[in-house]
Amino acid sequence: MTTPRPDTLAKLTPVLTKRWLSPDAWRIGTYERLDGYAALRKALKAHPDDLIQLVKDSGLRGRGGAGFPTGLKWGFIPQGDGKPHYLVVNADEGEPGTCKDLPLMTHDPHSLVEGVIIGSYAIRASRAYIYIRGEAVHAARRLRNAVQEAYAKGYLGKNILGSGFDLELVVHSGAGAYICGEETALLDSLEGFRGQPRLRPPFPATHGLYASPTVVNNVGTIASVPYIVLGGADWWKSMGTEKSAGPMIYSLSGRIADPGQYECTMGVTLRELLELAGGMQPGHNLRFWTPGGSSTPLLTAEHLDVPLDFEGVAAAGSILGTTATQIFSDQDCPVYATYRWLEFYHHESCGKCTPCREGNYWMVRVYRRILAGQGTHEDLDTLLDTCDNILGRSFCGLGDGATSSVTSSLKYFKQDYLDYIEGRTAPKLSDKQLVGAH
Amino acid sequence: MTTFTEQTRERAREIIARYPADRSRSALLPLLHLVQSEEGYVSPAGVEFCADVLGLNKAQVGAVATFYTMYKRRPTGDYLVSVCTNTMCNVLGGQEVYDTLAEHLGVGHDETTADGKVTLEHAECLAACDYGPVMTVNYDFFDGVDPQAALGVVEELRSGGRPMPTRGARLCTLKEMAVQLAGFADEREGAVADGGPGEPTLRGLRLAEQHGISVPGYDPNTPIRSKAEADAAAARAKAAEQAKPAPATTANGSTAPDVKAPDAKSPEVRAAETRQPDARTAVPDAPGTRIPADPTPPTPRDAREAEAAGVAANAPAGDGKPAGDEAGAQERSLKEAQK
Repeated sequence: MTTPRPDTLAKLTPVLTKRWLSPDAWRIGTYERLDGYAALRKALKAHPDDLIQLVKDSGLRGRGGAGFPTGLKWGFIPQGDGKPHYLVVNADEGEPGTCKDLPLMTHDPHSLVEGVIIGSYAIRASRAYIYIRGEAVHAARRLRNAVQEAYAKGYLGKNILGSGFDLELVVHSGAGAYICGEETALLDSLEGFRGQPRLRPPFPATHGLYASPTVVNNVGTIASVPYIVLGGADWWKSMGTEKSAGPMIYSLSGRIADPGQYECTMGVTLRELLELAGGMQPGHNLRFWTPGGSSTPLLTAEHLDVPLDFEGVAAAGSILGTTATQIFSDQDCPVYATYRWLEFYHHESCGKCTPCREGNYWMVRVYRRILAGQGTHEDLDTLLDTCDNILGRSFCGLGDGATSSVTSSLKYFKQDYLDYIEGRTAPKLSDKQLVGAH
Repeated sequence: MTTFTEQTRERAREIIARYPADRSRSALLPLLHLVQSEEGYVSPAGVEFCADVLGLNKAQVGAVATFYTMYKRRPTGDYLVSVCTNTMCNVLGGQEVYDTLAEHLGVGHDETTADGKVTLEHAECLAACDYGPVMTVNYDFFDGVDPQAALGVVEELRSGGRPMPTRGARLCTLKEMAVQLAGFADEREGAVADGGPGEPTLRGLRLAEQHGISVPGYDPNTPIRSKAEADAAAARAKAAEQAKPAPATTANGSTAPDVKAPDAKSPEVRAAETRQPDARTAVPDAPGTRIPADPTPPTPRDAREAEAAGVAANAPAGDGKPAGDEAGAQERSLKEAQK
């Protein structure tokens, strides 16, 4: 393995991940020695409005995929309205390819807890919930332990550090539904219902949990807050690009030498990330990749120099998403990859709206037909037409996301589809699985 | 008919106490995990138990229990083996692992071996792609598995052993795990401390450490500006901006609040204007007003062209989340709610 060039190494910005190197950072004693809860002490001395302003000034944007400005979201919470306010952390990490929140909660759970306390203080919430994906059991173990330790130390509960501010924090495990990563579905799930998205407006800022003003933020967003409180908005903006400030955890997986988590300044390119990750595996050449999980349109080897920030990726026709960079090579088939993702969206569609429920069901069947060597040229039009009827017509982003890999793979790799249809590629699925005629 | 133990009833009371008094339904998901911890699945008796303690009917509980994949509808084994077969793990060999296990155990998806030890399932992305292909046993990770390694794990489980997960805590049974999922601490000595970070998790950090890279300029004593100071600074910046001859137009996707000036119109008038843009005088939208139909519906191909623009303007979020909320829309919704 060759050492990356100094310019590339300089893109690394270990901030949120830094404590992972300390094996005991999940214990409160170690965490406190590593600047832990210093931000909370500092924040409690400031006025809540000043904290909201600080987060606005920092340019922090949501780390869960949509990139909504965090300070703006906090500022939407109506103050003095006499209603209880809630902070809900979206820890339902499940977007295919995404694996940044689980290690954070497992190895540095207190940074999330501390961020929750500061965020709740800023929006004047006295109850907060961390909705963690059910399957993430080890992260939940560490998180529950951290919450218990924080209560014992007086960081949670009544009159936190003598400030007069009270906060109850509950870690709530989900039960296996990707849709609950959608914020309004998450709120329904947290209220004890099926996790199905709500019609918006009204937005959670006014009618969220229990129809009260609620902020829903991703794990990475909330865990960034203590660093911004300590280091300041200007320091935070010294990383990243003008409109996408700060560091970001890039999760690299697939056909590369050293898959893993690389926290870099926003706007790093895939070429640089690949250099950090030791390049492609021997015998593999980059063919296609997702910039931010399977709900973001595929990019190709042409896009190696696209800056991976919100604007740069959008300009290249995709979405930054969760910066879950899944890298596929010339030995992987984009048609099969898309098929497998569609199986996922079909399984996870909540069934509330027709375009997503029916569209994904039927697209899976069209893909099976193509992969079994029984596809027709009309199937490709059918796929595009189906995507037209899902994108923008679904109730929430799940349906929209499902079309991303279909339309983008047809855009870049139509020949791969034609090779199955015209018999040049051997069928990958057995036609015994096919049901019904076409 | 199962009667639930006093311990389970006591735990149910503890779970309900975590949520606001008039919002006890929030306890439903943890309660369903709790009944699974006693029976290994959500049985009709478990549904009835949850309904009883929350004052719901069985249909309401059943509707929730059947929505989530972690609530099992048939008795399960001591160990739930989940193999990720989503795209990344799939192409890295996960499908082969699943097929091998299914053939070896003689069970399919969501089925349990005759000895009651192992329930097999294929799972969707388990959020460990940098360790792929992965499988979990009772949701703790076995990383980078191949068919042989996976066979070794299930064989050890079936012969009464408890192999140590690659990451995560030492194994417990699925019923014991359900207690934790219901929100109770893992009481086993040392279990929380198990499972250090694996190499992929630390790779970026190690590189930075080796080359002495850290983010410069970090001063934990940086003062927090008061809002008044920040406003004054913003006003100065704005004055400087206005002094320029041709102010730059706001670029798209700005992080700055891109909020239109609030107008004094009532939401009803605004809705009517939106629906009937040609009307000379805006009138409040009467209930039952029909939305005028567009005489020329867009063709699918037009829609596709619009899509490129639409994706940029209203990006579907990566995490299955809704499209990025347009700042203006959220602001307006807030204003209306406050009226």
